[in-house]
Amino acid sequence: MNIQEPTIRDAVDAVDAVKNAIRSIQDGAGSDPIYTYLYLVATVLFILGLKRLSKVRTARSGNQLAGAGMLLAIVTALAETPHVSGWMIAVGLIIGGIGGGFLARWVQMTQMPEMVAAFNGLGGGASMFVGMAFLAKTDPGGMSMAQAVTVPLSLLIGAATLTGSGVAYFKLGGKKFKHPLSGGARHVAHGAIVLLIILCSVWLAQAESGASMAMAAIGIALLSGTLGVLLVFPIGGADMPVVVALLNSYSGIAAAASGFVIDNLLLVVAGALVGASGLILTRIMCKAMNRSLGNVLLGGIGDDALAEDAREYKNIKETSADEVAMLFDGATSVIIVPGYGLAVAQAQHVTRELGEELEKRDVQVRYAIHPVAGRMPGHMNVLLAEADVPYDRLFELEKINGDFSNTDVVLVLGANDVVNPAAREDTDSPIYGMPILDVDFAQTVVVVKRSLSPGYAGIRNPLFDKDNTLMFFADAKAALQEMVTEVKEL
Amino acid sequence: MIGIAFEVTFFVFIIAGLVGLEIITKVPPTLHTPLMSGSNAISGVTIVGAIALLRSDFGWGGLFLGLIALIFATVNVVGGFMVTDRMLAMFGTKKKKTSS
Repeated sequence: MNIQEPTIRDAVDAVDAVKNAIRSIQDGAGSDPIYTYLYLVATVLFILGLKRLSKVRTARSGNQLAGAGMLLAIVTALAETPHVSGWMIAVGLIIGGIGGGFLARWVQMTQMPEMVAAFNGLGGGASMFVGMAFLAKTDPGGMSMAQAVTVPLSLLIGAATLTGSGVAYFKLGGKKFKHPLSGGARHVAHGAIVLLIILCSVWLAQAESGASMAMAAIGIALLSGTLGVLLVFPIGGADMPVVVALLNSYSGIAAAASGFVIDNLLLVVAGALVGASGLILTRIMCKAMNRSLGNVLLGGIGDDALAEDAREYKNIKETSADEVAMLFDGATSVIIVPGYGLAVAQAQHVTRELGEELEKRDVQVRYAIHPVAGRMPGHMNVLLAEADVPYDRLFELEKINGDFSNTDVVLVLGANDVVNPAAREDTDSPIYGMPILDVDFAQTVVVVKRSLSPGYAGIRNPLFDKDNTLMFFADAKAALQEMVTEVKEL
Repeated sequence: MIGIAFEVTFFVFIIAGLVGLEIITKVPPTLHTPLMSGSNAISGVTIVGAIALLRSDFGWGGLFLGLIALIFATVNVVGGFMVTDRMLAMFGTKKKKTSS
């Protein structure tokens, strides 16, 4: 046997092996399993929190439980990460904490849809930047097979959620956008963008220099961002609750995608949970409008073309506050139907005031809440809760719809599509088949609306033309204040 | 947690998604908004990913990107949990009033 003399080469290899071993310990490979257990506790807190969040009695503690889980996760991450850049963490946490706290404390409840949309976008954006930061410390060609798929996916979902939520934010604020393309060309364009994203992903995996990796990653992010914008552009105003719920789901999927990239099961589980809860809300919203998700995403309702004949009404009867007060005086039951107009006018407090005045006069007052009233799932419930309207006065569509026929006065406050009888009667209407509140079955319907404009969805509403409908053209808050004054003088 | 096989992560992802679908079945409409903003705050868990990448021995480019990710995720987490609590507190006071 010939034992070889140790060469310099062997010595270098040995030193490298030791270096690698030290590095892998520093990197956390084979790190203390305690961190994994702590993440497990955080995950369990998330699951329990989310479960409690879906029941009225336990919701608040559920949110706090999930918050505690998040705190644990953050502390664990700080402890686990070697060489963590202390001052950068401090800067990020302070800026983000003050910003987030300020928004949460001062946002108007009427502004909640925009707030939720913005936060969905931030979640997506964070995932995109995590993906990018991961790439910045990865050597060219250093990605595994799985990472070559999950990194581009995290950039795609993150960027599309960020820009899609941005468009949703402005749409919720009342801005209208038009997709630059229509019909088949739209699908061809979207398909082409997806193809380019795939090409950039292949380029990213095979890039031989840091510069071309950066270019490929930026390419994926820009293309995905464009896709997010284009996908939300054509979605109609009436469909915004669906979009907000769907983007909520995407923000979860984006977090899970980051979890795949940095190999963290906490992110994967939490992201999957949020993805699932967003999906459930999306399904509830679609069901409330009798539409399929695909139908909503393809857009249509709310496109400008539909709004053309919206101003043609023949039998409009205007009313005034004293006449409405007289109607209330002779009524024994009143149902209030709130819609987005209530939110815009910030009329939730004066609505409760009117309700209380009527109850003092032995009028039964109830609130009928359509699941897609407003522009976000549960929008009206939040507003009325803020104004201290008792929870037991609020009724869901199925519970109250049979009662309209024996109700004296229905007061529609800035709601439009959810009380549009065309959904029941007109097979040509774009909203035909959507479950609506049958307010037109009541003795008298008073519609408070600023004008006869077709509203957010741009659909003509034959309710305004009915013989038992009176129109009160005013801002909801001003109209209600007048009504309260008149009712007090009765 | 470094070096988990892709198929294991995928396995966990699918199971977690199914768990999510199971635990949130019937949501009363009152809770649609708080569930959305609360779950959105949970999706800010990306903050853990941002922290893991903010290492002083990484290059400036990565640190800068990680810092942006950290700020985004922190706004998401802090704002999300706080605003959800604010909403649910309103539901709470109202419940007391009706029961009294």
